[in-house]
Amino acid sequence: MSTPTLTSTEPAPRSNVRRWAPVAAGAVLWWALYHWNLPFWNWVMYDVAGLDPESHWGSGVHFFFYDVSKILLLLSGVIFLVTVLRSFMSVERTRALLGGRRQGVGNAAAAGLGVVTPFCSCSAVPVFMGFVAAGVPLGVTLSFLIASPMVNEIAIVLLFGLFGWQIAALYIGFGLIIATFAGILLGRMNLERWVEPFVFETKLRGKPIDPSRGLSWDDRLTMAREEVVSIIRKVWPYLLVGIGVGAAIHGWAPADWFAAHAGGPLGVPIAVVIGVPLYSNAAGVMPIVEVLHDKGLPMGTVLAFMMSVVALSLPEMILLRRVLKPKLIATYVGVVATGILATGFLFNAIL
Amino acid sequence: MDIKILGTGCVNCKNLETLTRKVLTELGLDIEIEKVTDPSEIVSWGVMSTPALVLDDEVVFSGRIPPADDLKKLLAAR
Repeated sequence: MSTPTLTSTEPAPRSNVRRWAPVAAGAVLWWALYHWNLPFWNWVMYDVAGLDPESHWGSGVHFFFYDVSKILLLLSGVIFLVTVLRSFMSVERTRALLGGRRQGVGNAAAAGLGVVTPFCSCSAVPVFMGFVAAGVPLGVTLSFLIASPMVNEIAIVLLFGLFGWQIAALYIGFGLIIATFAGILLGRMNLERWVEPFVFETKLRGKPIDPSRGLSWDDRLTMAREEVVSIIRKVWPYLLVGIGVGAAIHGWAPADWFAAHAGGPLGVPIAVVIGVPLYSNAAGVMPIVEVLHDKGLPMGTVLAFMMSVVALSLPEMILLRRVLKPKLIATYVGVVATGILATGFLFNAIL
Repeated sequence: MDIKILGTGCVNCKNLETLTRKVLTELGLDIEIEKVTDPSEIVSWGVMSTPALVLDDEVVFSGRIPPADDLKKLLAAR
C-alpha cells in the first residue's frame, strides 16, 4: 500500500510572486512598526494623553504599552523566521546525527543540535526514550535535553533586542557550555541505574518518519504563520503579567534599588533559587529581567535568573519522572543549577 | 481502517484528534480513533515527534498537524 504524498498539493503550486510577495510585505510592515514604536507611544502617552514622563504613572504606563508592542513584534518576527529555518531539522534527523557519537564531541554536538532542533517539552519523554533506545549515550541525550529549553530562540532574540548582540552571544555561548559539560558530567556518573529499566527494553520497530522531509516552501511558510499565532496565544498572559510587573518596578522602584540591595555575592544564588521553581517562559520573564537590569541588578545575576527560569521547569521534570528516577532528576537539576550559578558569578566578575 | 493517534496529551495531539474526527465526519466515515498515550508504545512505533497518525499499522506522519485537505485525501485513499 502506498502512502499518498502529504505535502505536495496536487493543483499547481503557488507562483513565486504569490508566495513571496506577502512575506516581503510583512517584513516591510514589521520593520516600519518596530522603527516607529517608540515615537508612536511617546506621542500617544505624552503628547495626546498628556502624561508626565517624569511621573510614576506616566513612565509606568508608557513602558507597559511600548514594551508590549515591542516584545510582540520581536516575538512574531523571530518565531516566523525560526520556524522556517527549523522546518529543515527534526529530532529524527538529530538522533541520526548523534548516533554512534561518544562522550565529549557527542555532548557538544547534542547541545548545538538542541538549539536548532524543533522540540516541544511535551515530547521530552518519547525523545528521551527514542534517543536512548537507539543507542545515543545517556549523557549525550541529557546535553540535548538541557540545551533545548535553555538556549531558547525567544530568549536569544529578546536579549538581542533589549541588551544587544554581545549579551545574546554570551547567553548562547554559556548555555551551550553548561549543556555540554552537565551532560559530560552526568554521563561520567554512570547514572543508567537511575533510569527506569523499561527505557532500555524499548524496541524500535517501524521506520521513523522524518517530519522535516518533503515539505514545500508553502508548507514551511504556513507552518511558520501557524506557529506565530499559536505561540502568541500561549504566551500572551505570561507576557502581560511580566510586563505589568516590569512596568510597576519601572515606575515605582527607585533607580539602583537593586544595586544597593541585591548586588552582593548573594544576588546570584538568590536569583537561581527564585528562578528554578518559577515556571514561566522567556517571553514572560524578559520584561522583568529588562527592568531589573535597568534598576541596577548586575548582568550576571539577571542572566542567571533568566536561565534558571527557562532551563529547569517543574512540568518538564514531572514528565521526565516517567522515565527517570527521582535521584537522577535531582542530580540533573543540581548539576544544571550549579552551572547557571557559575555563569552568573563569572558574568558579574567580567562584565 | 484502523486509526491510531500517538501523543502524550499535548495540545497538538488533541487538535489532531479533533481535526481527524471532523474529516472523518465530512467523509461520512464512522471509525473509532484509538488514542495511544503510553510513551513506550509511542516510541516503539519509531515516533519521537508527537502527535503522529497511524493508519492500518503504518505511521503516515509525525510531528505536525497536516492541512485538513491533505488529511482528507489520506483518509479517503484508504
